[in-house]
Amino acid sequence: MTATLERPQPATVPSGPVEVSDRSRAERRLGLLLSTPAVVIMLLVTAYPLLNAVYLSLFEYRLTSPDDKKFVGLRNYATVLTDGLWWQDVLTTLVITILTVAVELVLGFAFAMVMSKAIFGRRTVRTAILLPYGIVTVVSAYAWKYAFDLQSGFVNQWFGLGDFAWFSHRWSSLFVIILSEIWKTTPFISLLLLAGLAQVPTELDEAANVDGATWWQRLWKVTVPTMKGAILVAVLFRTLDAWRIFDNVFIMTAGQQQTETLSFLTYRQTITRTAIGLGDAVGVLLFLSVVLIAAIFIKGFGVDLSRVRGGR
Amino acid sequence: MESNRTRWAWIVGSILILVWTAFPIFWIISLSFKQPGEIGTNPSFLPKQWTGVNYQTVFKTDLFTSALINSIGISLIATLIGVVFATLVAYAIARLEFPGKRWILNFALAIAMFPVVSLVGPLFNLWRSVGLYDTWPGLIIPYISFALPLAIWTLSAFFREIPWEMEQAAQVDGATTWQAFRKVIVPLAAPGVFTAAILTFFFCWNDFVFGISLTSTSRARPVPAALAFFTGESQFEQPTTAIAAASVVVTIPVVAIVLLFQRRIVAGLTSGAVKG
Repeated sequence: MTATLERPQPATVPSGPVEVSDRSRAERRLGLLLSTPAVVIMLLVTAYPLLNAVYLSLFEYRLTSPDDKKFVGLRNYATVLTDGLWWQDVLTTLVITILTVAVELVLGFAFAMVMSKAIFGRRTVRTAILLPYGIVTVVSAYAWKYAFDLQSGFVNQWFGLGDFAWFSHRWSSLFVIILSEIWKTTPFISLLLLAGLAQVPTELDEAANVDGATWWQRLWKVTVPTMKGAILVAVLFRTLDAWRIFDNVFIMTAGQQQTETLSFLTYRQTITRTAIGLGDAVGVLLFLSVVLIAAIFIKGFGVDLSRVRGGR
Repeated sequence: MESNRTRWAWIVGSILILVWTAFPIFWIISLSFKQPGEIGTNPSFLPKQWTGVNYQTVFKTDLFTSALINSIGISLIATLIGVVFATLVAYAIARLEFPGKRWILNFALAIAMFPVVSLVGPLFNLWRSVGLYDTWPGLIIPYISFALPLAIWTLSAFFREIPWEMEQAAQVDGATTWQAFRKVIVPLAAPGVFTAAILTFFFCWNDFVFGISLTSTSRARPVPAALAFFTGESQFEQPTTAIAAASVVVTIPVVAIVLLFQRRIVAGLTSGAVKG
């Protein structure tokens, strides 16, 4: 930080035009200098590997036989897109994303209301909500897996389900995966919505109350419309996050019972099978799907990202 | 009548939230105190007989203890470097006029949305060719890059709120530049930097994708990845209770941080999150 000490203050005292432009040049240089380390490291880890993935996705290339590398154009993409497995994984990922985001939006909104309105135990509630946010996803996945597992779990005993094997069927496995994802990530969406709630002017709500509006009417006619921007930003972030789901699936089912998601497919092709060309094609398609979702939100729903100040 | 009923609704709501968030945590703690032999024979929530044997198993397992050291070391180093980098950028964005300012914020946002798995294949090859595969820096570098966006956005929102004129005011009052910076600016900026550090640490501590893809041995493998490959003390024993114990161990720092700094984290995620 010592580098910032010599910096002249941004022209507070008007002086000759030459000096001002000198100052602003020094300011520009310092701004770029301070940004360089962060930008370089972010570019190194994203831009180069992404371009590399695009390039290698045009080859038939396996790590196990590097000498057989052969240019095949877009054939890897054709292979992926005509394979039923890709579309099955798209469907699985889509189901997980839609269900988690929908449930989390309702649940997160309820959490945010309680956090902002609760008079008693406010601190305790906020602390409790942060616990799932901080817990390692793998740990949360194990906790939910073992709760439903036939060998170790208590769920079947509690609900009188006998020996129903949750992880032997597609939809029951997905149910548990979705449940663990909801548990782990609702705190995030509820905190973003809490920030949005804080923007709703209390006078507006009180005025509607005086005019005889019910609680439900006030919620839908005043609160929700006022925080539309915050809701859309929260939904965008959570949608993209759920679309990339990986950890829970890896721990709970390892993609068995048709629970494989797009992230898991990419991982399995590139790392486990070392089919670099084909795997990178899957990875590039996953990347493009994320770009597409973001574009739909930003252009279609008019999410104003200049309002965003935080990330995940 | 109405207000009384609403108040009760909020209290019930609070209790439901507490149960929902705490329940899986109590379950994994309870599981970690069960005898390994209870798996498959005792389908109840609580152990038949409480035992600390799983914690002994876990700390006797080299894979786990080295993973714990790796996780702590890698997360702390990545947090330290990441927060320094983010502070520099955020200061520049909040206080200086320079070209590319908006571009940096948008680029950081794009990275926050990036599907990490798409990069893992190419990074795997790159790291192997430059000798970073299965090393600490091999994980520290991607952790810094992917934690930076959140840190940059949180910190630049925070820095924009700091009354920087106070620095000049102190200098007018006779303080040197260094004194003004240290006595006025540092105390004002410290809470924001600290919040960014907590969020960055959580990100690194949580990572799984890089952990399993870019490491292969106990040299650099962090805890979440080690947990996924944990087989227990012997192959004849179910590793379930030992994994539960290991899970509890890695959850302790998280719970401690949340309990101590709840307000900071909420402030970092909300006031920084969406601006009206």
